[in-house]
Amino acid sequence: MSDVRIITANTAAALAAKLCRVQVISAYPITPQTPVTEELAELVETKQLNAEYLTVESEHSAMASVIAASQVGARVFTASSANGLLYMHEMLHWAAGSRTPVVMACVNRGVGAPWTILNDQQDSISQRDTGWIQLYCGNSQEVIDSIIQAYRIAEQLNIPVMVCYDGFILSHTTTPVDIPPQELVDQYLPPRPPVFGIAEYSAMNVNPLILSDPRPDPDGNMAPGYMDIRYRLQQDLIAGLDIIEKADKEFSKLFGRTCGGLVWNYKMKDATHAMVSFGSLASECTLAADLLRQKGLKVGVIGVRSYRPFPKAGLLNELKRVETVTVLEKDVSYGYEGALAMDLKSALYDSGHHPKFSSYVVGLGGRDVLPKTLADETYKAITGEISHAWIDIKSQ
Amino acid sequence: MATSAAKLLPKEEYILPGTRSCAACGLMLTYRHALKALNPGKTIVAVPASCMTVLHGVYPVTPVKTICINNPFGATGAAASGIAAGLKALGHDDYTVLAFAGDGGTYDIGIQALSGALERGTNFLYICYDNEGYMNTGTQRSSASPAGAITSTTPVLSKLQHKKNMIGIIEAHRIPYIATASPSFPLDLFDKVKTARDTLGSRYMEIHAPCPPGWGFPNKDLIKMGKLAVDSGIHVLFEIKEGFFQLTSRSLNLAEKGKRKPVADYVKGQTRFKKINQQQVEALQDFVDKRWNEFLERHQKNS
Repeated sequence: MSDVRIITANTAAALAAKLCRVQVISAYPITPQTPVTEELAELVETKQLNAEYLTVESEHSAMASVIAASQVGARVFTASSANGLLYMHEMLHWAAGSRTPVVMACVNRGVGAPWTILNDQQDSISQRDTGWIQLYCGNSQEVIDSIIQAYRIAEQLNIPVMVCYDGFILSHTTTPVDIPPQELVDQYLPPRPPVFGIAEYSAMNVNPLILSDPRPDPDGNMAPGYMDIRYRLQQDLIAGLDIIEKADKEFSKLFGRTCGGLVWNYKMKDATHAMVSFGSLASECTLAADLLRQKGLKVGVIGVRSYRPFPKAGLLNELKRVETVTVLEKDVSYGYEGALAMDLKSALYDSGHHPKFSSYVVGLGGRDVLPKTLADETYKAITGEISHAWIDIKSQ
Repeated sequence: MATSAAKLLPKEEYILPGTRSCAACGLMLTYRHALKALNPGKTIVAVPASCMTVLHGVYPVTPVKTICINNPFGATGAAASGIAAGLKALGHDDYTVLAFAGDGGTYDIGIQALSGALERGTNFLYICYDNEGYMNTGTQRSSASPAGAITSTTPVLSKLQHKKNMIGIIEAHRIPYIATASPSFPLDLFDKVKTARDTLGSRYMEIHAPCPPGWGFPNKDLIKMGKLAVDSGIHVLFEIKEGFFQLTSRSLNLAEKGKRKPVADYVKGQTRFKKINQQQVEALQDFVDKRWNEFLERHQKNS
């Protein structure tokens, strides 16, 4: 029997952490993430969730403390947004480098200055190169499901996972969400395996100083150097493509629904034109695609769920027959283009299939994006000149 | 009962020979005695980027028989909080969580995370080894460096400000145990770490750790320099249990019958003070006198 509740994505995230039986939570409040931390605090204080809750004095400390708790074996959770996420930056690298399976909800918000509390994805995109897995959610159901999957992925790979969803658009908007039953979550996600040696007497130096080249350990076996260890992180992230896909498949077997694995598609079967995006913007693109189909254009949508690792093969497979690609995203690499557009273009270059390619930056700092606007711009991209532009600039 | 003789200290060594610390390292000696007072098999130590990182060895070997978790420079208080929370959540209640950071990692970049950890009443022991500057990166000024000292970032004028009153800041958190110590007085140091180990809640210790290459004195004078610091009142030995202040060890003797040495005796043996002028020495003496009198007054009120 299903348990469907009308809740926000923030409530979905808090419930997901509870269902995953997290043992240590540490967080610092920032809009629009705050309800996640508040709801978890209440769950802990009312003993509905048996966890340690650290109300730390900064995001840097939030991430530092969940990393340390994870290193001694606890399943951990935190959440942040925008400048809070940026304040964690040093610790985000540390989480991945120290191979801790931290799971974090990133409630996407534009970055100051100037201050905005409203949505775009500049915050998480700017943390792209920290070595984290980044999953983007199109709706609140995907938020709860992706956080549950994230623990399975993180603990299998010992790589942290950031589950990203759009501030206010999802975080503060109530929609029906099917709450997974605890027994099934327990079946899907067993307790975290004990961490090496922490609970027994031993000398250990975790994340010490390391040299560039391999060195022998006391038994004469060669231990890796810095670059070798970093190469393992890279290899494991690439191997994560399969793990992420499998985690979603296993999930769908138990729960009867999927988040799309690495990339999801909408009406791509016969499509000659693809709109590519992520997060709730990708969901909105499906409405734009329908508008364009009314005009007789065979338009489909590809939603990138896993941005890191980048699902190159999956994307190329979806795009192999299309004539045009239009990327729409709420982030930009200042001085050039949107991050997804750049990554996708580089993937297409390698493949030798070079469809007409346009990209648009939209909706920064909460600027409203209507399906009609997306459809109009994509129409121009399909029928007109190649374009790399910002949509809907109102004052120059 | 206070430990009365060095021969009564535990014989087992937890730091093996061949560490990467400098010869005559005040930190090494501090850590050596501190570990003897702890139970290194049931201790997890959080260490920021510092001389401690170097002491703990380069991967894949370590000369220290304990569990060390390295963390970024400003994160020590938070990392210790996470270790404590993780251990508690997993039911490992028999561990001591130790944070071990230098003065830069405590007075400067780590103060926010430390304050947060103390304010939350985190069950851990934080030891600041104070070698009065960024010695690992090459003797730059920290807010714990004494006025009048030449450092690599106060190369011409010397440091113009007095040492920050970190103990005052720590005390404002009203934690159950605060103490100072010196590796030149190892029995006092040992006893205090033991007391701290057995106290519940947040505990803070500040241990003066003379640094021959950073301060500019011969290796053979390590113990002497630590003693001179206490004898002159540059560093004062005390403990504050639940707000109750007591001088201890040599500082107690000085209060009862001794006579403090002038700070001029302390500064003259260190090349970092090579440019200090008479006026600066007097200012340092005045700073030390005032602080000593404050401590003495608190001590006498309680005895």
